[in-house]
Amino acid sequence: MNATKELICIVCPRGCRLQVDDDLNVSGQGCPRGVVYGKAELLNPTRLLSSTVAIQSAHFARLPVVTNKEIPKGRIFEVMAAIKKVRVHAPVRLHQTIISDVLGLGIDVIATRTIPE
Amino acid sequence: MHDVIILGAGVTGAFIARSLARFRLDVIVIDQENDVGNFTSMANSALIHSGYDPKPGSLKARLNVRGNAMYDQVCEELDVIFRRIGSLTVTTREEDLPVLKELQERGVRNGVSTSILNQEEIRMMEPELSLDVKYALYAPSAGIIDPFELVVHAMENAIDNGVKLCLNEKITGIEKTAEGYCVITSKGCHEGRLIVNATGVNTDIVAEMVAHNDFSINPRKGSYFVFDHFDNNFLKHIVFPVPDERGKGIVVTSSYSYNYLVGPNSNYTDDRDDLATDREAMEYIKQHALKLVPRMPFDKVIRTFSGLRATSSTGDFIIEPVADHPYFINVAGIESPGLAAAPAIAEYVVDTLIKEKLLLIPTGKFNPRIRPLYRFNRMSQAEINALIKVKPEFGHLICRCEMVSEGHIHDALSRSCPPHSIKGVKKRTRAGFGRCQGGFCQPLVLKILSNHYHVAPNQILYDAESTFVLKDALDKDGHDENR
Amino acid sequence: MKTVDVLIIGGGSAGLAAAVSAYEEGVRDILILEKDRFLGGILNQCIHPGFGLQEFKEQLTGPEYAERFIDMVNERNIAYRLDTMVMSMDDKNVVTYCNKSEGLVQIKAKTIILATGCYERNAGSIALPGDRPSGVITAGLAQRYLNIDGYLVGKRIFILGSGDIGLIMARRMTLEGAKVLGVAEIMPYSNGLNRNIVQCLVDYDIPLYLSHTVTRVYGRHQLEKIEISQVDDKFVPIPGTEKEFEVDTLLLSVGLIPSNELFDHLGLKQDKTKGALVDQNLQTDIPGVFSCGNVLHVHDLVDFVSQEGKMAGKMAAKYVFDTDRKSDRYLTVIPGNGIGYVVPQKLNVGRIEEDIAFKFRVKRPLKNVFVSIKQGDKTLKRSFHQVAIPSEMINMSLPKTTSFDEALLHVEVEEKR
Repeated sequence: MNATKELICIVCPRGCRLQVDDDLNVSGQGCPRGVVYGKAELLNPTRLLSSTVAIQSAHFARLPVVTNKEIPKGRIFEVMAAIKKVRVHAPVRLHQTIISDVLGLGIDVIATRTIPE
Repeated sequence: MHDVIILGAGVTGAFIARSLARFRLDVIVIDQENDVGNFTSMANSALIHSGYDPKPGSLKARLNVRGNAMYDQVCEELDVIFRRIGSLTVTTREEDLPVLKELQERGVRNGVSTSILNQEEIRMMEPELSLDVKYALYAPSAGIIDPFELVVHAMENAIDNGVKLCLNEKITGIEKTAEGYCVITSKGCHEGRLIVNATGVNTDIVAEMVAHNDFSINPRKGSYFVFDHFDNNFLKHIVFPVPDERGKGIVVTSSYSYNYLVGPNSNYTDDRDDLATDREAMEYIKQHALKLVPRMPFDKVIRTFSGLRATSSTGDFIIEPVADHPYFINVAGIESPGLAAAPAIAEYVVDTLIKEKLLLIPTGKFNPRIRPLYRFNRMSQAEINALIKVKPEFGHLICRCEMVSEGHIHDALSRSCPPHSIKGVKKRTRAGFGRCQGGFCQPLVLKILSNHYHVAPNQILYDAESTFVLKDALDKDGHDENR
Repeated sequence: MKTVDVLIIGGGSAGLAAAVSAYEEGVRDILILEKDRFLGGILNQCIHPGFGLQEFKEQLTGPEYAERFIDMVNERNIAYRLDTMVMSMDDKNVVTYCNKSEGLVQIKAKTIILATGCYERNAGSIALPGDRPSGVITAGLAQRYLNIDGYLVGKRIFILGSGDIGLIMARRMTLEGAKVLGVAEIMPYSNGLNRNIVQCLVDYDIPLYLSHTVTRVYGRHQLEKIEISQVDDKFVPIPGTEKEFEVDTLLLSVGLIPSNELFDHLGLKQDKTKGALVDQNLQTDIPGVFSCGNVLHVHDLVDFVSQEGKMAGKMAAKYVFDTDRKSDRYLTVIPGNGIGYVVPQKLNVGRIEEDIAFKFRVKRPLKNVFVSIKQGDKTLKRSFHQVAIPSEMINMSLPKTTSFDEALLHVEVEEKR
């Protein structure tokens, strides 16, 4: 018995409906990127994570950050917990590393804006 | 021991407090809400009726007409926006002409002059009225007012002249003592020689704490639509339908701020906390409004709300002491025309009911005026710039829809009846009343309140105690980690 | 009186792009007026990725996208004022603005670019039935409190409206520890991007109730619970389908409305978009006054907002340098079969400066359709769309060499046979 999973591809706005079976055969894709996504979504789904960290600054209370690569979907809340522990001081440069190699995943959490003071 | 304890800081209590502030008396006002004028007084049609409508000889009739006449001076002293635009009571039916004539006759007996207009005259005055409208009763002395400012400024004036205000105190019991009464509230006990019960929809319940009373309050809910500003001249008068046994009916009117207001309907309710709006009621109100003003733009509605009328079982105001309790005065059943009558009710209570019981010695330093507001729309550019030079906060506009500055909010906070919540700021400055309903200004208002009261932003209230706008702060448990 | 060549009202994505573009066209006398304490507008609180795929060929978060344009403005020393509110505008291009340091200032502008963005539709304008407690708040405001100020507005959330703002907040609140109990959408389909349905709802097991709306709010002072009901095809609630949720927060994501109150009194004609009527150069009915971005029509991709801002900046610059107005000649553009609205609403055939960009939305979701731009019987351009949905704006352009006759222009849908 070969069970198929139905998913919506999120790579582009078309949102093709994919079917992926146990052997990771993908059908329903509108382009090759859908095949890659379909397989990855079943094997090792990943997401980008964005959030904010506390910052000591004259004009801003929060510094927006993002992971510089997609992280495994199942570890999102752990990464959030790590982000919530951090407090930084201005000045912060755009893309400055806020957490290096978060949870040993080889992924950094970086600032998405400059805060000069 | 206070001389007078006024229960209720709505429009009635506020005006009575102000009237008593003229005299050398220790007066306090107690209210269960987090602000003055926070129940019926802030959820009504905001109309100062001319007074042809109430039954001749009734207290409603006498005090409506007397109150209406006092409003020019009251609003001048208290800096309240009031526009005496006149009202049209209209009908589409030929058979209602005698009804209008009867209302006119009633008006004569009450001392109110009105005229009956024909179709052509109506069309010239209000082109937006339905072409089916045949006759109208025109009452030029009717007006529209800012009901929020009215109560706040009356209370501010009372406080400036020595009255004390206690908010967030719910009355749980009243005991007769040797010298007067002890009013027991959720926060403690207040002793006073004379009590004025102006507790709106709860006056019967409060009166029962003292003795059995012959009246009851049957709350009647009414809902409204509030429209955005779209055309200051769309309607220039208050438009009423012909009244029926339920009341004055669904009004369509410009408001003091050139918004438009449509409502209220009328539904008795047992629940004295029931301020919900419902789909059917709003649809009913809309259909009735469109019959009179077919082009009323319901796509421009920015808010709906409900209020409860304190309708008494007698049908009239009940302004008299409780039987066998000459120092406990009920001021009950204050529904329409309560707003119009308020200054006259206060005059009556003080000059007729209290005068014979307490020694009323003028303080000699009563000032009936509050410090005027800074209203940009009555200041020249030079005046505004002079103000901004001295108080730069007036140059920082924080409410885009209603053009309210940080300075206006600081000014409200500096007065003796200041706001304690986002809602309180809204009522006093109009920040948040506009089409975006606080979407832009609320965080800025919140920050100002947080700084002024020296509390964390998540301690700021939306309205009543414990209605915190913000809950958890995100950085509850951060530690330094600057990489 | 102060004067300026290009006055830009609004320092968000549209205004910033317009400023840089006007500068690139050679204008130096530019002033941006921004009401908030920072440039970048709503991008500052949109901390999630998904911006810039078209404009920069990279996926950026909102703040990164904003910083690109803010850097461009600063590198060019383009003047701007923060915490500055425009109070009024007259029909002679005199604008009155106000801030702490200058007070009330009147400035006469050769050109004005209206880039004031949108505000959120709220509880009042949808006549949400029930009580009016604390705890009912628009999604964008909750987003500001969370991402800019660092506070959660509640712990148990329900969301009305499945537009992208609601979906993004469903995810964001969940990540910060709140419980999102569901999203109700009155239409039978969501108008958010499919990728957001997956990344924001499916990922977190948040149920989506299509064809449902909130029929009652409970809570005298503080929100206690809400009731949702299914609706029929006329959007009337169906009795017996009620479901209740105990929540402390109801987020409203029920639409954006262009902020055009500044020009309401000027009688600038408005369209179904609730924005001004413009020609292909983004000029309104008032000479020298241009409009772009969300205040012209609500966009879904900031990249297109920037494109539009650039066009407005460029055209304002051309207006500043070119004083010959005699050749203006207009044709009306009509949204035809299946099309909700089209921008521009008119074509100035006497002043075609660039390829002509048409932006429009279909009225309902369609599959396998052609969209055509026609003049009379002549089809000027036609494009095929496998999928066309109202929540995704479609762009089509005509080359600037296109010749036009005198008839009206139509944009319309043809179903493929």
